[in-house]
Amino acid sequence: MTTTELDRRAGRATDPLPARPAVALHEVSKVYGRGSQALLAVDRLSLEVQAGEFVCLVGASGCGKSTLLSMISGLEPVSGGSITIDGGHRPAQMFQESALFPWLTVRGNVELALRLRGVARKDRESEARELLASVHLADFADKRPHELSGGMRQRVALARTLAQRTPVLLMDEPFGALDAMTRDMLHDEIERICRERALTVVFVTHNVREASRLGDRIVLLSSRPGRVVAEYPVDIPRPRRIDSAEIAALSATVTDRLREEVRRHGH
Amino acid sequence: MAIDQRLRVTLPGNHRNNGVIAGLDALELAAGEPTASRAWRLWTATWPKVAAVALALFLWQAVVWSGWRPPYALPGPDAVFPELARLVGGVDFWRSIATTLRRAALGFGAATVIGLVIGVATARLRPLRTAIGSMITGLQTMPSIAWFPLAILLFKLSESAMFFVVILGAAPSIANGVIGGVDYVPPILRRVGRNLGASGLTLYRYVIMPASLPSIVGGLKQGWAFAWRSLMAGELLVIIASTPSIGVKLDTARQLNQATGLLAWMIVILVIGILVDILFGRANTAIRRRWGVVDPAA
Repeated sequence: MTTTELDRRAGRATDPLPARPAVALHEVSKVYGRGSQALLAVDRLSLEVQAGEFVCLVGASGCGKSTLLSMISGLEPVSGGSITIDGGHRPAQMFQESALFPWLTVRGNVELALRLRGVARKDRESEARELLASVHLADFADKRPHELSGGMRQRVALARTLAQRTPVLLMDEPFGALDAMTRDMLHDEIERICRERALTVVFVTHNVREASRLGDRIVLLSSRPGRVVAEYPVDIPRPRRIDSAEIAALSATVTDRLREEVRRHGH
Repeated sequence: MAIDQRLRVTLPGNHRNNGVIAGLDALELAAGEPTASRAWRLWTATWPKVAAVALALFLWQAVVWSGWRPPYALPGPDAVFPELARLVGGVDFWRSIATTLRRAALGFGAATVIGLVIGVATARLRPLRTAIGSMITGLQTMPSIAWFPLAILLFKLSESAMFFVVILGAAPSIANGVIGGVDYVPPILRRVGRNLGASGLTLYRYVIMPASLPSIVGGLKQGWAFAWRSLMAGELLVIIASTPSIGVKLDTARQLNQATGLLAWMIVILVIGILVDILFGRANTAIRRRWGVVDPAA
């Protein structure tokens, strides 16, 4: 067993040194296929995410956002370059669909994550209860995923992701399929949970307002191949409202740049 | 610290949010499905079956009334059911059924283990899949009775010959159920499983096999049908006269020209088949209900 694996099993939280970024991507490339059919999805992309930072990756279709996350979480290998996760934990990932296991209850889904992390049987129940309480679903522990609304399912998925207790969280458009009111609520929730737990988050979205609402920094990616084209620090004080003037203004700036990027592909 | 201050500022807003979240959750769940009374559900589930049995009995009786065959070759329900009632009262009846069911359970059990192992191995290992994937389906189309001459050569007239054919009949269906199930596991669930830290057999145990369960149950159900048919064929071909079984009873009734006994035993075979099918149906419904793939409007 590797040290990383031991760490993960022990659920040990590492204290990252301030000097070292929580996630460092160095000249990462991803090629699909080979020969003349080869498609360059991500091209020598470099990015550093500091511990405790909430970074939003924004880009149009084909910018390799999801590919990038899968490479960071280790689900897909990189074609070139390197990805370093401080402490070596494989980051937990949340997807656009909640992807809950339909054969398990809400509690069962969370407990499976705990079990696979190596949490002893006797501790699982209380930890699952705690996690579900933190997403306001304590009363729904015995429901099945299909009995819940989309927003509730995403909260269960969040609880399951938190159960992995990794310092870095990857989110792949987790609120993309939700109605506006539910999404606003979940923005507040995710912000609170990430601050409480001092999590580092890499959040992928195509929704520029969402990025401005949540992020400490917005990273704009180009499409085919994915590359960093611009970065925007978000200095808007929290708590933020998605319908505030500052967020509208920042969104406009980012959107203009994004449109310019998309226009390049028009001819 | 800056973060603490932010947290404090955020908190009051979140208290307000809790109410909104609870409200949204309640609204989402308010429209529960109305549950019918138990008696009503029992009635709606039972009457079509009763009607179907009544219709079948009527058709049977109609053929008898038509005089197509003399009553000693084709007796009517009025002669067969008293005979069945007489049989049910005897020890021999139950001993025969016990023998056959024991064989069915052992054969089907072995076929299940073999089918699961072959299914998982074939789904997991690509070369094995290329090698025997289509052969498994081919085996399924092979009429089980065609195996018996070989089985009798290999195992003589013994129970082993029956097991051989029962397993060959049922295991391919079960293996195919597993392979089909594994193939249709949504990739996102595999990804989640891997992200949660499962891999190899752990991934199979906690994600892939449970996700394949509906298809596996389908395979088991089909496998049972093959096993039961193979066993009946086997008991008629491989007569072990010293051990009474359903097959022996059927064969004896034919040899003695006892049409009523023969039809009574056929009804027994049919009823056992239906009862087991109901068990699989129950399992299937339970799974679909748990997974939420039952349309409440239907």
